[in-house]
Amino acid sequence: MAGHHDEFIRLEGKIFTKSFFVLLTLVIVGFYYIGVRYVKGIGAVSNMSDGYPWGIWIAYDVATGTAIACGGYAMAILIYIRNHWKFHPLIRSALLTSLFGYCLAGFSVMVDLGRYWNSYGFFMPARWQINSAMFEVALCVMAYSTVLVIEFLPAVLWSLENSRGETLRKVSAWLHPRLVPDEAKLASGLEWVRESAAWLRPRLDKVLVFFIVLGITLPTMHQSSLGSLLLIAATKLNPLWHTGFLPLLFLINCIYIGYAIVIMESIISSTAFKREIEFQELAGLSRIIPWLTVIWLSVRVGDLVYRGQVANALRFDFYSCFFLLEFCLVAGGSMILFSRRMRRSPRWLFITATMIILGGGLYRFNVYLIGFNPGQGWHYFPSFAELMITAGVIALEILGYQVLVKVFPVLPNPHKHAANGHAQDEPVGLPPVAVPQGK
Amino acid sequence: MKSQSRREFFKLLGLGGATLLASSVPAMGSEKGGVNNEALGMLYDATMCVGCKACMASCKRVNGDYGSLSYERAPFDPDGLWDAPQDLSGSTRTLIKLHKETDSRWSYVKYSCMHCQKPSCVSVCPVSAMTKDKVTGVVDYNKDTCIGCRYCQVGCSFNIPKFQWEKTLPQIVKCDLCRNTNLREKGITACAEVCPVGAISFGKRKELLAIAHARLQDNPGRYIHHVYGEHELGGTNHLYLSALSFEKLGLPNLPDNAPAEFSEKIQHTIYKGFVAPVALYSTLCFIALKNQKGQEKNGHKEEGE
Repeated sequence: MAGHHDEFIRLEGKIFTKSFFVLLTLVIVGFYYIGVRYVKGIGAVSNMSDGYPWGIWIAYDVATGTAIACGGYAMAILIYIRNHWKFHPLIRSALLTSLFGYCLAGFSVMVDLGRYWNSYGFFMPARWQINSAMFEVALCVMAYSTVLVIEFLPAVLWSLENSRGETLRKVSAWLHPRLVPDEAKLASGLEWVRESAAWLRPRLDKVLVFFIVLGITLPTMHQSSLGSLLLIAATKLNPLWHTGFLPLLFLINCIYIGYAIVIMESIISSTAFKREIEFQELAGLSRIIPWLTVIWLSVRVGDLVYRGQVANALRFDFYSCFFLLEFCLVAGGSMILFSRRMRRSPRWLFITATMIILGGGLYRFNVYLIGFNPGQGWHYFPSFAELMITAGVIALEILGYQVLVKVFPVLPNPHKHAANGHAQDEPVGLPPVAVPQGK
Repeated sequence: MKSQSRREFFKLLGLGGATLLASSVPAMGSEKGGVNNEALGMLYDATMCVGCKACMASCKRVNGDYGSLSYERAPFDPDGLWDAPQDLSGSTRTLIKLHKETDSRWSYVKYSCMHCQKPSCVSVCPVSAMTKDKVTGVVDYNKDTCIGCRYCQVGCSFNIPKFQWEKTLPQIVKCDLCRNTNLREKGITACAEVCPVGAISFGKRKELLAIAHARLQDNPGRYIHHVYGEHELGGTNHLYLSALSFEKLGLPNLPDNAPAEFSEKIQHTIYKGFVAPVALYSTLCFIALKNQKGQEKNGHKEEGE
């Protein structure tokens, strides 16, 4: 992000819109149930049982949510490793969604953990248990969330540097005069904040690349480990999903979901905020996806053939149907994206991105919940309160995004972007594959 | 001189080879013949059990305070005269159930932790709350480190660890072979101590296996010719004999290899010595720095033009 601050702008507009209040309602309902959970126990709000100890909080908020939050990761690979700097304008909004996705996944884990007060044990080497995939996931996710904050810091610093402190002044005028330091003190304090932000920003810019690379390494580790988590369930997870390739499949899966989510998010935010669509960039991005999904589908199918599970996959029973649905969504979306004409239509871009996200997300759901069978007599379907907690978390994510793009320079600068677009008319001479090195 | 140095070389080679062998032999031993038959365990003989549930009552009495167990009321029993658990739960570590095939053909079955030789719950616990004692083989749970993630429940093929869903401050509940209560005080588990018909034998795994095989030999028609737990998931310290099929009694049909061996092999291959992540990070750093430099140069050129 070094020295590219003019690429991004702050969105002008009111913060308290109608959608703000709708989302806020969802958040409040969700947090009410979270309160109930902390007072009365997990059983009071959820349908989880000893047979299905992980419900949608893990399957959606953590396993699928962090994949959807992989936009920042996928974009960082594309820009910094594969050297396609014209995608740089898209990175901040991708980072912001990643930041929200991961922080809220962490938050959901704290709701889900039964004995959350013991989680400081992750920082005590004596308790470390390196055989556990979850140990690896936990440390990596915590580290990555911190890295994401650092990666987003330039936008915050820029805003501090350029703020005139008007809101602060308004607040201080509203408060009782006794509570507020006098005008001169306030001004000098603001000046100090501005100066230190200005001092820090160029220095951070210099070392930022090391954090960005860390932000590529950590998701590579924990996204694959999210797959490893279910390796242990050899006797419970349906053979259509249980394979030694789970880590690899989860890794590729999160990268293509990452690109698809960047496309979807750009189109949605362009429409919602009535901005021009970053068209060239999105068409270029969409070209990468089918190549990734082809690799993923080949591993998936090759593995099923190797383990002799093809007949099971085509049996059209409960498990087979979910497998086929997941397969058709991903394969169908990729087929469409192979066509250049489709890639140039925003509508089809949106549809295919949605298909890929749904298919890829369903794969994770299948592994964590739908394909998971602990034995006879166990059933799971999330309760209303459980769903509302997840809905509240998602609402908080969207709400935060809506507000922060109006506070910090996050979205691509259309003027800058237009210039870029004209400079390169033909969408991108991308080499086909964008898998990270060193798997 | 030359030949001598060559001899030296061979000597070194031999020495190295020997140390390699020496270091790999015990490692192989622990992996292949890794079953610890000196470990403590129990043998439950379903054909001898009369279903009196004395074991259940004794377990809850002895472990109630330590294990945070409570009595479970039946809906028809508001006064709480009976402890009436339906299944293993956050209040019940062991349970007797009746399986009725026909009116004349039925069997009791007792559930509790199998104390696997290679337990999945120990392998997956991120904070070492589940441990396996090296000598006694007891799989124990420590609530003071447990974070309540319930990964042990996901991992266990027997669905043994139970979570206290209804409690504000919950914990995992499972049999620890009375390690912290009866075993320490009396040297035997509470359930085996009180069984009036000797359906529960307590002892070292090798003794239990000998008893089980002797019974199979002496009464060929009485049992299914299989000691459940001898090989299942790499062997368990809790063993079963039965006249009805084990699957019908709720003991799943399982492969002989432990899932934890499989998952740990993959995880260790990826993270061996933490080499791969460090290599990945340094490679990526190198590439990114190079790309950034190139980009800055290009950017300045563009601006200059």
